[in-house]
Amino acid sequence: MALSETGDVSVQDGVGEGAAGSNLIQLVDALGVRHPNPHYDPLVADVDGAALRSLYEDMVVVRRIDSEATALQRQGELALWPPLLGQEAAQIGSGRALRQDDFVFSSYRENAVAYCRGVDLTDLLRVWRGNASSGWDPYTINMATPQVIIGAQTLHATGYAMGILNDGADSVAVTYFGDGATSQGDVNEAMVFAASYQAPVVFFCQNNHWAISEPVGLQAHVPIADRAPGFGIPSVRVDGNDVLACLAVTREALDRARSGGGPTFIEAVTYRMGPHTTADDPSRYRDANELEDWAAKDPLARIAALLDSMDLLDADYADSVKAKADGVAAELRAGCLGMAEPAPGDVFKHVYSAPNSWLDRQQDHYERYLLSFGNGTTEGD
Amino acid sequence: MIKEFRLPDLGEGLTESEIVSWHVAVGDTVELNQVIADVETAKAVVELPSPYAGVIARLHEQPGTVVEVGATIVSFDIPVIGNEADPPARREPNLVGYGAAVEKGGRPQRRVRDFAEDSGSAAAVQPMPDRPAAARSVPAVPAVPAHPAAVPVAPTHAAPAAAAPARQGPAPDSPVPAVRPAHAAPLVSATGERPRSTPPVRKLARDLGLVLDSVHGSGPGQLITREDVLNALAEQGGSAAGTVGYGPGVSEGAAGTGDAVSDGRGLPPASGETRIPIKGVRKHTAAAMVASAFTAPHVTEFLTIDVTPTMELISKLKASRAFADARITPLTIVAKAVCIAVRRQPSLNSSWDAAANEIVQYSAVNLGIAAATPRGLLVPNIKDAGALNLLELSAALKTLTDTARSGKTSQADLSGGTLSITNIGVFGIDAGTPILNPGEAAILAVGAVRRAPWEYEGEVALRSVMPLSLSFDHRLVDGEQGSRFLADIGAILSDPGMVLTMV
Repeated sequence: MALSETGDVSVQDGVGEGAAGSNLIQLVDALGVRHPNPHYDPLVADVDGAALRSLYEDMVVVRRIDSEATALQRQGELALWPPLLGQEAAQIGSGRALRQDDFVFSSYRENAVAYCRGVDLTDLLRVWRGNASSGWDPYTINMATPQVIIGAQTLHATGYAMGILNDGADSVAVTYFGDGATSQGDVNEAMVFAASYQAPVVFFCQNNHWAISEPVGLQAHVPIADRAPGFGIPSVRVDGNDVLACLAVTREALDRARSGGGPTFIEAVTYRMGPHTTADDPSRYRDANELEDWAAKDPLARIAALLDSMDLLDADYADSVKAKADGVAAELRAGCLGMAEPAPGDVFKHVYSAPNSWLDRQQDHYERYLLSFGNGTTEGD
Repeated sequence: MIKEFRLPDLGEGLTESEIVSWHVAVGDTVELNQVIADVETAKAVVELPSPYAGVIARLHEQPGTVVEVGATIVSFDIPVIGNEADPPARREPNLVGYGAAVEKGGRPQRRVRDFAEDSGSAAAVQPMPDRPAAARSVPAVPAVPAHPAAVPVAPTHAAPAAAAPARQGPAPDSPVPAVRPAHAAPLVSATGERPRSTPPVRKLARDLGLVLDSVHGSGPGQLITREDVLNALAEQGGSAAGTVGYGPGVSEGAAGTGDAVSDGRGLPPASGETRIPIKGVRKHTAAAMVASAFTAPHVTEFLTIDVTPTMELISKLKASRAFADARITPLTIVAKAVCIAVRRQPSLNSSWDAAANEIVQYSAVNLGIAAATPRGLLVPNIKDAGALNLLELSAALKTLTDTARSGKTSQADLSGGTLSITNIGVFGIDAGTPILNPGEAAILAVGAVRRAPWEYEGEVALRSVMPLSLSFDHRLVDGEQGSRFLADIGAILSDPGMVLTMV
């Protein structure tokens, strides 16, 4: 089905059927066939077999991280986990396009992006275990900790990008959000400011078709990417399950931002194959057939097929990839179970960057309050 | 090595889930993360991945069962590899995955429903109809009644268990739960509002067995402070020092039977029973009481006296410079009186050594004070209390109670006692028949000081009256010595000047 601007909901569901006749950018189709694209091919000309394998490995590993964290939640070791199953290509393709000095402002589902940024695996789980109110120092990996407020991170990214302008640097702020977030005022305000200041920010929207239980068609009667031009921001619609295409369009957007071309809006059309979070049951609101349709467009399967067609997916390699993923999962589990518990006073850390007498006073009061429980009773009874 | 797996909170804030089906059976070998069960929460049906690689040792719950979060549902037999057999001990955290700790033992919905529907059973745990005031007036109402070793088996506590079935004809079949209180603690005030306080103070009150509804808050917005709690205890027991550790709810709940604490907080179960392992201090207390009750022939005598002069003496002492920093309470004076009286009746300070076929007569009084501590009932003693003057005795009492309160009573403090006092007055109790601390010849129960009409100078006047109950071992002490001892104590308390005739 060709895309139209009629607002037909089925337009959303029809994506991924092929690049022909569609404005959806796709370089590798669902069967793993590479389609030439004169505009985007040069942007991924450097992606040889080894690089393709690397992208594939990333996707296998993050899928394994995702399933291990889901299991940890089911085993009582995490309070909650937002699975990214099905969105590996969108996150790895875009995440691997970034430079170290770029800065990511994401939602809570971009664990594969965090993986690309080099996050410590234990830090990735810290918040979900209730061990800390924030998982890591954003400046160590140039990625802010996950934003739970829907869409708020787009404002942070735009503000950061305006700072880049002030600094005269050529790095870029990249913000990740979902289709549901585009209905939030924050996202729209961020786009207005980004366009006004021509800030070097990339809006990377993963349209995974479901805002928890709301299908995207309810809140977007036109493709989401079509909204951006109304703000004066160029946009592109990409097959979010095609890691190569995601890499290509993100590189283009980054290049534009670095060269003073301002913001870009990318809609990566993908699918959340799992629940919204581990506390959600998607079978209550969506058709099992839909999941089956999207399983046929699995982002890993198509790259595996492409590698296979290039004779790059022998058994030894497949085993080594699996072993790597299992190793990462074991490391993740060990890090989770071995996490040291925070002390009561830790709540006062990381509030202000500099000493603060008011906070010191509060801390003093709190410590005396804890002491008033008497000996050995602060751990409850 | 057996590892148990408890049902986590699979959603956000769930308290229970249903086991839909097991994918494994006992004896099956499972891999880490292998799906072992389908579980349905209020939000979703989810697959449960195995947290361990090992062999299924036991499935604790059947399919179709609704299980509380935190309940053990499956046990694994895990192969022990190297030094993993002895992992470093670490505090078992209450993981977010298990939600907040559930303050209940059973299954609340069902229990509440049963409670409402089965009035017969409910009646069995209601306050006794003919003693509602008594039950309510008890300041430190126990969630689970304490029968500390040295505390007399007072009527309020003992009677319901035996008498309730007979009195409550309509429900003769109602079981009287073995560990249930005769009267449920009123944890919520009549208005339904919880008294305002802070967690440390609430904990202190709970540890001391004090119900906050009975405490006046002096802080902002009637906030109950630590001082309010201590003052309330002092008022109710006539002695803050003597009352420490007498909180019955805690003495029983924390006396090595931690399960009873949570159970005692909730609504009384209408039927069924709670089974609590016999261990720790509870076990020790039981053994000691059985040994004492069935070895020493107990005689108990009662004496009620007008202690108004003692109360006046305490007021004077408090106002004096010498005693300004001391904590003088009726218990202090009673302790001193015991030490003085026992000099005239030394047989009260002796021990029966059956093995040696000898009576051991002690020269010094190691004065035991029964204390319900966080560990349970303990009877630490003050060594050679008779050698202490009043100021030193009050300090020793303070040290003893502070130590007991903080749970740091040493074995040395607990051994070597020769004569004991138990302050049942803090519970609002008048009198009882205390059981001897094993090896001792006497124990004095100090009742509550009440304003009561009393004969005074030929007329009826409102006086401060205190009942005393003395149990002694009739092998060692005859009625004459026991009676004289009790009378001397009474004489001192009713007229402290009488000490001049005794020393």
